[in-house]
Amino acid sequence: MAALLEVSGLKAFYGQTQSLYDVGFEIPTGGITTLLGANGAGKTTTLRAICNMVRTDGTVRFDGKNIRGMATEEIVRRRIAHVPEGRGTFTTLTVDENLRIAAYTRRDKQGVRDELDRVFTYFPRLKERIQQQAGTLSGGEQQMLAIARALMLKPRLMLLDEPSFGLAPLIVQEIFRILKRINEEEKVSILLVEQNAALALDLATHAYVLETGRVVMSGPSAVVKNDENVRKSYLGY
Amino acid sequence: MEQFLQQIASGLANGAIYACVALALVMIYVSTDHINFAQGEMAMFSTYLSWQLMTWGLSFWAAFIVAVALSFVMGVVIERLILRPLHNAPVLSIIVVFIGLLAIFNSVAGAIWSYLIKEFPSPFPKSSFGIAGVIGPHQLGVVVVTLVVLGLLFVFFRYTPLGLAMRAAAQNPQMARLVGVRVDWMLALGWGLASSIGAVAGIMVAHIVYLDPNMMAGILLYAFASALVGGISNPAGAVAGGFIVGVLENMVAYAGNQIEKATGIYIIGNGEKLTVALIIVIFVLTVKPAGLFGRVVVKRV
Repeated sequence: MAALLEVSGLKAFYGQTQSLYDVGFEIPTGGITTLLGANGAGKTTTLRAICNMVRTDGTVRFDGKNIRGMATEEIVRRRIAHVPEGRGTFTTLTVDENLRIAAYTRRDKQGVRDELDRVFTYFPRLKERIQQQAGTLSGGEQQMLAIARALMLKPRLMLLDEPSFGLAPLIVQEIFRILKRINEEEKVSILLVEQNAALALDLATHAYVLETGRVVMSGPSAVVKNDENVRKSYLGY
Repeated sequence: MEQFLQQIASGLANGAIYACVALALVMIYVSTDHINFAQGEMAMFSTYLSWQLMTWGLSFWAAFIVAVALSFVMGVVIERLILRPLHNAPVLSIIVVFIGLLAIFNSVAGAIWSYLIKEFPSPFPKSSFGIAGVIGPHQLGVVVVTLVVLGLLFVFFRYTPLGLAMRAAAQNPQMARLVGVRVDWMLALGWGLASSIGAVAGIMVAHIVYLDPNMMAGILLYAFASALVGGISNPAGAVAGGFIVGVLENMVAYAGNQIEKATGIYIIGNGEKLTVALIIVIFVLTVKPAGLFGRVVVKRV
């Protein structure tokens, strides 16, 4: 299958500090790929670099076209949805507004309503909270809202930064189940960054391991999972 | 009693003007964290534009609409050409730019139209408008026009997708980019809107304070006080603050006059109104910095 996203020679800088050195990977169309690595390895930076939220160098090809250096909002409009780290919502806006903002460029009101209904089939809990301010939601609900909003963009590729962060294990399982459904039913390719390596490797088909801004290992999840170094460093057994 | 009602009515009329300018200040503050010191002079310039259009033969309302539209363009252009290149500059540089804009607008207006004070017409018919003995036609007209403008703005921000995008961009610019909002343009649009609201205030107040390049200086001070009373980051609060300050200054002067009448001792009167605004600024900043309706921002460190 052709790669949806090809990253090669990617470097990223925060001011004078370089935090990615020559990162390269490919995301197959329709697949789920995960980026693993310790704190500070450059996982979040890689996602931010794809969306041009840091200064970068190298190439990022999406659908065969180089998008590196484009403005973040233009990249998003090519249907790459980025769910940032932490609670990625507009806390003072309502749930409804948080979802509608993702569709604000669209003129077909009926289409937006249909889209909302479709998103609510994945996140029925949000429908009950539709007029509530996002800041008053629980952590799990806020994470769901962030993913739901990304889905409103009708993405072809979804970048997820630590969706399990700070959430109870049961909620995390629920969110990961929903991600799998989104991948299968909506044909959304996913790039997942996760601290919880065991969970991520179960969900993903491919895995890349980052260390201090470089890819040190890659392969199908099953292979990476059985690698001794990965087991010791990230899976803890 | 009649005098008391008159004072409240004229306080509301002034308050409507303060509310508009305060709202313009707050709109720029919430999206950029800067207070635009040139807001008043931009409004003054817009008022001159409308005056110029009227002398060229346009009717009051045609000149009003054209001037408000031109002010919108002026706001957008200022943001794009002058402030955009400075978006990473330190606060102090931006303040200097604002003060520079203030001086430039003031002197350009003086150079084009001279510093001579001009009369400015009122569009509201003297015979059929206003309530005799309570509120004059122009005062009532000012309140009505500003309430309509504020209502339109509310509907725009609350119910339109573009208004939602502007609110999102103000609340969290980076996240707004991640949902495809062109944040830079939202800022420029905010400047345009603020400039337009200022123009409405200027054109409405010019009949009362007369037209001259320094007409907005005092009003900008009142608007600061209003915005602070309402909570500098709360648009609805700024509007409420405008009306509160407008009525309060009149009440203080009225009370001063009554005391003077009763006891013969002069404490405070019409001449000290601007002082009232400054006292409000100091009082709010020391006692309740978040304002009446503002939220205290607690930052984790």
